[in-house]
Amino acid sequence: MHDHAAEASLFKRRALFTFFSVFALLSVLVVNLYHLQVESYKDYATRSNDNRIRVVPIAPSRGLIYDRNGVLLAENLPFYSLDLVPEKISNMSETLDELGKLIEISEDERETFTEALKFHRRFKPLTLKNQLTEEQVAIFSVNQHLFPGITVEAGLKRNYPFGPQITHVLGYVGKINIRDRAQLERSDLWKNYAATKDIGKQGVEKFYESLLHGKPGHLEEEVNNRGRAIRTLRIVPPEPGQDIYLTLDLKLQQKAVELLSGLRGSIVAIDPRDGGVLAMVSSPSYDPNQFVQGINNKDYSALLNDKSRPLINRATQGQYAPASTIKPHLALLGLDEKAITEHTRVWDPGFWQIPGVERKYRDWKRWGHGWVNVYNAITESCDTFFYELAYKVGVDHIARFMEQFGFGQNTGIDIFEESAGNMPSKEWKRLKYNQAWYIGDTISVGIGQGYWTATPLQLANAVGIMANKGRRFPPHLLRSVKNNTTTVDSPINELPPIELKNARNWNIINEAMRQTAHKSRFTDAPYTAAMKTGTAQVIGVAENTKYDASKIAEHFRDNALVVAYAPFEDPKIVISVVMENAGWGGANAGPVARAILDEYMLRDTWKTTP
Amino acid sequence: MSRHSQYQTIWQRLHLDLPLLLGLLAVMIFGLFVIYSASGEDLEMMERQLFRMLLSLGIMFTMAQINPEALKRWALPIYLAGIVLLLGVHFFGEINKGAQRWLNLGFMEFQPSELIKLAFPITMAWYISKFPLPPKKRYLAGAAVILLVPTLLIAKQPDLGTSILVAASGIFVLFLSGMSWAILGSFTVAVLAFLPILWYFLMHDYQRTRVLTLLDPEQDPLGAGYHIIQSKIAIGSGGLWGKGWLDGTQSQLEFIPERHTDFIFAVIGEEFGLVGSILLLIMYLYIIGRGLVIASQAQTSFARLLAGSITLTFFVYVFVNIGMVSGILPVVGVPLPLVSYGGTSMLTLMTGFGILMSIHTHRRFVDR
Repeated sequence: MHDHAAEASLFKRRALFTFFSVFALLSVLVVNLYHLQVESYKDYATRSNDNRIRVVPIAPSRGLIYDRNGVLLAENLPFYSLDLVPEKISNMSETLDELGKLIEISEDERETFTEALKFHRRFKPLTLKNQLTEEQVAIFSVNQHLFPGITVEAGLKRNYPFGPQITHVLGYVGKINIRDRAQLERSDLWKNYAATKDIGKQGVEKFYESLLHGKPGHLEEEVNNRGRAIRTLRIVPPEPGQDIYLTLDLKLQQKAVELLSGLRGSIVAIDPRDGGVLAMVSSPSYDPNQFVQGINNKDYSALLNDKSRPLINRATQGQYAPASTIKPHLALLGLDEKAITEHTRVWDPGFWQIPGVERKYRDWKRWGHGWVNVYNAITESCDTFFYELAYKVGVDHIARFMEQFGFGQNTGIDIFEESAGNMPSKEWKRLKYNQAWYIGDTISVGIGQGYWTATPLQLANAVGIMANKGRRFPPHLLRSVKNNTTTVDSPINELPPIELKNARNWNIINEAMRQTAHKSRFTDAPYTAAMKTGTAQVIGVAENTKYDASKIAEHFRDNALVVAYAPFEDPKIVISVVMENAGWGGANAGPVARAILDEYMLRDTWKTTP
Repeated sequence: MSRHSQYQTIWQRLHLDLPLLLGLLAVMIFGLFVIYSASGEDLEMMERQLFRMLLSLGIMFTMAQINPEALKRWALPIYLAGIVLLLGVHFFGEINKGAQRWLNLGFMEFQPSELIKLAFPITMAWYISKFPLPPKKRYLAGAAVILLVPTLLIAKQPDLGTSILVAASGIFVLFLSGMSWAILGSFTVAVLAFLPILWYFLMHDYQRTRVLTLLDPEQDPLGAGYHIIQSKIAIGSGGLWGKGWLDGTQSQLEFIPERHTDFIFAVIGEEFGLVGSILLLIMYLYIIGRGLVIASQAQTSFARLLAGSITLTFFVYVFVNIGMVSGILPVVGVPLPLVSYGGTSMLTLMTGFGILMSIHTHRRFVDR
């Protein structure tokens, strides 16, 4: 039946066919492999690297902030936290109990931790407790062998060693919130903040965020399919933020803080030669460090609701009637517009009347100053003299002139918290209130009241321009920036000077201010100075009534103001002092001005302070 | 020619075929290195694999001593016993990962489908070779019964990979027997017609997703497509020369699923590149070629058909495994022969190669 030879040859044919089929099918595999491994190699190689390489950003350390003499004002302090790797801990609650015997763990901390644990990858460390004390670190380190999977991690936290003394200048850093993030994303800087937790929120910390922050580095590590780090492939170190030096003089700042302690008010000191702010104090203040650590709601709402408004920077945001402190500027305008001359005399019976109008505008001195010229109008702060002057010059003229001294506009100081104050004009009142300007409004402006408001910084700036005889250096806080090893001075900005029709008028007014100082507060000063005080009404005083401070509730009492500079011949420092509801300017703010200038002019070291 | 001479080499006396043995050892040794890498440098796993290889070689040697004529006699009883055991699995088997494949014999777990893998081609070859070849159409009904009963039982477990292997080994017997192309063609049509039935009535949901995932793995990158995507990334990123032994990031970092078992080819592709993959394919081709030579030189139809079927089944392992790992075939559980970690398939395969050696070395004593 079987034809063996035929069957064998049939099989051989089939086997040969099979072999070629096998070869063809294996070739299909090879072609597919060629496609994957040669043609698409780049694509798959990239995807393989994406799989395995995780880039972990490293936060740069924030630049430090110094005062002009190199005193550290904002530093980065190491802080320690207790971190747990959940997967290495077999019995979590037992471990936490044991740990609690060594280091106090509050119910709050424990609860927060337990809650966070639920959404946490088991091999990644999770922080149980922040802000360990040195002692706690030591206690734990000794017992670490009992707690596998628990480590003390070190980080850096901003610290302000002088606490509330410089808060309104330095500001503070705080946790990056949604708004900060949105802003960073808009300016395409968010990528620099991948590892950064804090950002400047206020003051210099916010204004110079871009200098202080630095550039993040990163670490490339290899991870497995569960995201666990296997090894580090590469480290690109972060570029630390730049250190900055402020124009601030810490000693002077501290003196100003001391003088305002327990009071509401502000002191600003500027070096008129370059506009550098030497001191800027707003009182009361608060400790910025509590914001760095994350302030709790109770403390925050206490600050927010405090009637003395500690969160406001009075030096740049407080808008006060400048009162008599701007009389020198008005007199300067009068001279230059020839509304008065150096020799003009005005009779002051204790009041002034708009020609043809019954209403009397009272002088602060009930019985009048008698005959006054421009010198004693300033030294005695005669109101009547300036009522008439303002009446003659007119409000629009005053506004135009005062705007050159920076009133009614931001000074451009390098912090964001600034208000422009208000320099009124006819146009302004029409736009704002849709009302006509009355002559009476002009009379109020003539003694720095009414609609005119200014910040203490604007006052100091305006007096600086006076002392400089028209040269204008906008106030600023940044003195220099340290790039690695070289320190680069920040450029001094100077605006075109104010040109008077007669430059001698500068001398007349400055001389009047010198006399003001040396006839009163600075009679015995071992240096020359110039000053002008002011007393700003907080409430209007009705005609023919007497203002009696002792009978008025404190927050309705007058604000006391002083502006001053020294030395007279070659001004190195100009100050403005505002003390809210302190009463009479000369009596209350005057001694403060003297103390500030004494501190600066009489210190042993001031000669070394350029 | 040498096979007619009375002179016998030591290999012939041991009933071993040296060319085939060298090919098998080459793949096994290569596999050991790959296992070491794929297991994350686990020496213990490598040792266990080595032990299985030695055991398989022992079984191969034992099988080589058995005269193929004895197999012919035992084929049908073993086949029937296998069917009974498959039915036993169907009613009493253990369920593991959604599939019912294991029979717990009390002292060990046992997969009757592995027994069928061996007994089935023997039975088929025995049945077909009883008739003059090429087989007449009327004998095909019996062949179809022998083929379909175990195939469907295994597919029902469900173990698609094994049922494909079993069905393929039977079809190879029919093909090699010289069945006419017309019948083969109509049979192919029948299989294609069977596909929709398979899809709608026999396949489990997870198998359907596997097929769908194959067509577009990127559609479900974190779910069912993950295996295929990761293994393609591994192979593709290996490039021409590979990332080097133990340096495959996809495998060492455990991105490749089942990296030491079914997907071990992805490790080879990644660490040894296209060059290493082609070398492995050449080794396989060599083994298949030698198997077909042995089959062609066999003296009886039974021996020819059996040897050819065993060899081609081995090829199906290779093709289906590499095809699925490199993303051109659906993922069915077929290991890479002689390389994947695990004992059962290696024992079965090496038993087959033992039979091949037996066929080759018992020729002179075969009674025509």
